[in-house]
Amino acid sequence: MATPSIHSIDFGSPGRAFFGGAREGLGVPAFVLFISYIGFGALVRQMELPIWFGLTSTISAWALPGQIALVELSSVGASALIIFLAVFLTNTRLLPMVTVFIPYVRNEGTASWKYYGAALWVAVTAWMLCMKRCPEIPQNQRLSFFVGFSSLVWSGSIIGTAIGYMMPDLVPKPITLGLVFINPIYFLILFAGNLANRSWVYALGIGAVMGPSLHLVTPELGLLITGIVAGTAGHFIDQWVRARNASSDGARHG
Amino acid sequence: MDNGLDPIWGLYLLLLGAVATYIPRGLGVFISGRIQSNSPLFNWFGCVAYGLLAGLVARMIVLPIGPLEEASLGLRVLSSVLAVAVYYLSRRNIVLSVFSGVGLLSFGIWLG
Repeated sequence: MATPSIHSIDFGSPGRAFFGGAREGLGVPAFVLFISYIGFGALVRQMELPIWFGLTSTISAWALPGQIALVELSSVGASALIIFLAVFLTNTRLLPMVTVFIPYVRNEGTASWKYYGAALWVAVTAWMLCMKRCPEIPQNQRLSFFVGFSSLVWSGSIIGTAIGYMMPDLVPKPITLGLVFINPIYFLILFAGNLANRSWVYALGIGAVMGPSLHLVTPELGLLITGIVAGTAGHFIDQWVRARNASSDGARHG
Repeated sequence: MDNGLDPIWGLYLLLLGAVATYIPRGLGVFISGRIQSNSPLFNWFGCVAYGLLAGLVARMIVLPIGPLEEASLGLRVLSSVLAVAVYYLSRRNIVLSVFSGVGLLSFGIWLG
């Protein structure tokens, strides 16, 4: 008798998992990214850069905060070195994100270049969703699920960039501001739904307080310092709490 | 419609942007292959990622750059709190919670 699958979501094959991922992306995730990239497309036009510049950026370096830095600095004629450093610093968050993410989609026997390729699409939305979903999906289907999800959300971003560039500034202000607000609110809700790891919750709380404060002190390095300090503090606070609970349990039983 | 950006220079800047964006992603894959996913170091990487993202999202809400500056800090924070409250009260309905937060912000602006 076949052992029953311990995975609650089984698409049957990696190919079907790709479409399963795409179906999961088609909805709120693609909509939120579509709206966010309408804002990016509008920014490209306001900065008087050509549409191909915005589209190529979304296609080749899909990570919104870094793209905004690229567009703003390019339009004011900043030097290549400054642009490179600014985009790199803005995107350093992707390093720990990818490091933590890959084990969730890893499967015995998958060529390592596939992970290096998939990393191109690791961004907040897919990162959060796949870390939540992947444990429920059979291992050999996870990478396909992720690529299906991300490529759909990515397509929405490319279309959004084009529409935002061409859209006239006729939309009433309450609506425009609401649309810009969707991105941070959606990320906030993703956090609220992903609080299983205690140490990550501590890091989240400390990071939320430190992020804006340090941004006032040093806008370039504030985020990086926030991540390292909040992350390290969260990690050790959790260890300390566990050690204390373990010793008080020991005292009670002993 | 464009400020006379030289196409070759533009492509060069786009290439730099793509490389600067891929380096952290590629390094992330490299590091993930070299640490155990149940080790304290791995957990630390997760903490740093969460700390960075929390800092980024909090900065976007508290100190936004761009059009959101026009909404008051109180309205932005109140709308965020409402979204999270609706999320838990509605048994984790993402659509409902996002739209109540965004709706409150738009309504607040419309009221003036």
